[in-house]
Amino acid sequence: MNLEYINLISFGYFEKGLLELVANDVKKEFLLPVIYREGHLDLSEFYDPGRRQYDGNKLLKTIDSKFAFDNDKTLGLFNVDLYIPILTYIFGQAYLNGRAGIVSISRLSNERYGIKADDKQLVDRFRKEVIHELGHTFGLIHCKNSTCVMRSSTYVEDIDQKNHQLCEKCRGQLG
Amino acid sequence: MSKKISILIVDDEESVRSSLYNWFIEDDYRVDCAEDAKKALSILESDSFDIVLADIKMPGMDGLEMLKRIKSFRKDAIVIVMTAFATVDTAVQALKDGAFDYITKPFDPDDLSHLIRNASKQITLIEENEVLKEKVISLENVENLIGNSEAIRKVLKEIESVAQSNASVIITGESGTGKELVARAIHANSPRRFFPLVSVHCGALTESLLESELFGHEKGAFTGAVYNRKGRFEMADSGTIFLDEIATISSKMQVELLRVLESKSFVRVGGNKEITSDFRVICATNRDLKGMVEKGIFREDLFYRLNVVNINVPPLRERIEDIPLLVDYFIKKYCTTMNRSLITIDSGALKRLEEFTFPGNIRELENMIERAIVVGNGKKITLKDLPLGKEIVNTTAESLDDLEKNHIFQILTKYNWNITVAAKALKIDRVTLYNKIKKYGLTEPK
Ligand SMILES: [Zn+2]
Ligand SMILES: [Zn+2]
Repeated sequence: MNLEYINLISFGYFEKGLLELVANDVKKEFLLPVIYREGHLDLSEFYDPGRRQYDGNKLLKTIDSKFAFDNDKTLGLFNVDLYIPILTYIFGQAYLNGRAGIVSISRLSNERYGIKADDKQLVDRFRKEVIHELGHTFGLIHCKNSTCVMRSSTYVEDIDQKNHQLCEKCRGQLG
Repeated sequence: MSKKISILIVDDEESVRSSLYNWFIEDDYRVDCAEDAKKALSILESDSFDIVLADIKMPGMDGLEMLKRIKSFRKDAIVIVMTAFATVDTAVQALKDGAFDYITKPFDPDDLSHLIRNASKQITLIEENEVLKEKVISLENVENLIGNSEAIRKVLKEIESVAQSNASVIITGESGTGKELVARAIHANSPRRFFPLVSVHCGALTESLLESELFGHEKGAFTGAVYNRKGRFEMADSGTIFLDEIATISSKMQVELLRVLESKSFVRVGGNKEITSDFRVICATNRDLKGMVEKGIFREDLFYRLNVVNINVPPLRERIEDIPLLVDYFIKKYCTTMNRSLITIDSGALKRLEEFTFPGNIRELENMIERAIVVGNGKKITLKDLPLGKEIVNTTAESLDDLEKNHIFQILTKYNWNITVAAKALKIDRVTLYNKIKKYGLTEPK
């Protein structure tokens, strides 16, 4: 299968400059043309009032069925807090070796943790999570290399410890 | 780790099974699922799993009964039970019946990975110890520590001898000598290398910020803290924590740090749960910590706990023969990041660099090369691209005091610490020069 594009589709407000930056870094990492655009979805369908969060499994399914194409990798970008039934929250998730994934910026900002906002750090964390979930769609699993973007991060501070790039080993597996 | 760790997930809810399945597959575990206890037991008859992760409440045979049966035919099986928040009592019963641990649904991603990591550790402990005994150490990932000089080879040897142990290390050396690179090299060559190296620049943070940074905080600990935050000690679990500029921490933090180092446990700010973490400590300082202990500014007990091994990183002027290699390395580094074709340096410029004293050490050299590539003609670095013209240019000095200190140091070096000659060159008398040497704590390099 010949891959054609990486699609980044944003739902909800994102600054254009941020998306442009992220798209650029994604392109450098996967060497494919990147298209970013706005998408529209009624997010209320995915909202769980009990948890006050949005259902990450349902969203991923919807992105896959309504927005993704066979020859592309498609990532939905959200600014709402995501969960899956078994976990209190997720930064994002993707179909391993599939065509779709989702990422949320909601838990990546410093303000959520009561510390001073840092736009540069926010962009940095967001692009790492975007590249990470895309990596999964390319079939990459978590990497043990402590600076590789495919290292698993369960807390936001873990994200700061890694680079936004794939290590050589992971890059090699992209083929 | 030679083989993948295997996990069997037992839960009657499909969404739970698939979520956990995906989660563990991405973490490189071998995973299988069963929708009830009966199915799980029949899978376990033909296939063995390192870890069984099972829901307690299931229709038919429940998790507790299944746990007992598993334990009856495999005493050392690791079974982790999942429970809803309301049924913690049953979880406690499970522990009594031999469960490895329990976790309440829905769980924090971090708690889940922590739990599985602890279980995996138990499994691989013996195996890894065997492997380690046989392994011949040779340093890896030290490509950033450039040089061939006696001085840098000594540092590499020290890194090699300390890497495999758990000993605390203090790395000393002037600023800009690459102390953090040494810390990275130690970590990269230690058994902890698959876990994070977490750096904290102590000097950059206020006391209260440093506290929250190191220990983390619970949601609601103060206004605006909407989510829990994990501290650096917690993040360094199974890995290494690197405390840079350790000499700058307040006496209150010194006490807290000592406590954490002794107990390997702490409480998040605003929390009450004791958190344990298994980390190795590496510190760095450009100050004379021992002197600070003697003056009573730095706690002696903390000093001895941190200073099990000391590695001193030499200043660049004591390893002049490394300058050509370093220059070469930085040219490659910056030409690559700036997307330019590789350039060279002419011999005159290189010679001048070798004569320069570099009070800002390698960082200063690196800045010079980066700048030279930007301002140069794109083919060759020449003398005019280097800010060395009158020997007073210094890229790291910020205050006038810094500038004076660096200048005096350069002049002293130039005249081999002959005070009379240096004073004459500086156009001050010898007493003034002595006073300035004392004021800035300058010492003659050996
Ligand atoms: Zn992942
Ligand atoms: Zn990797």
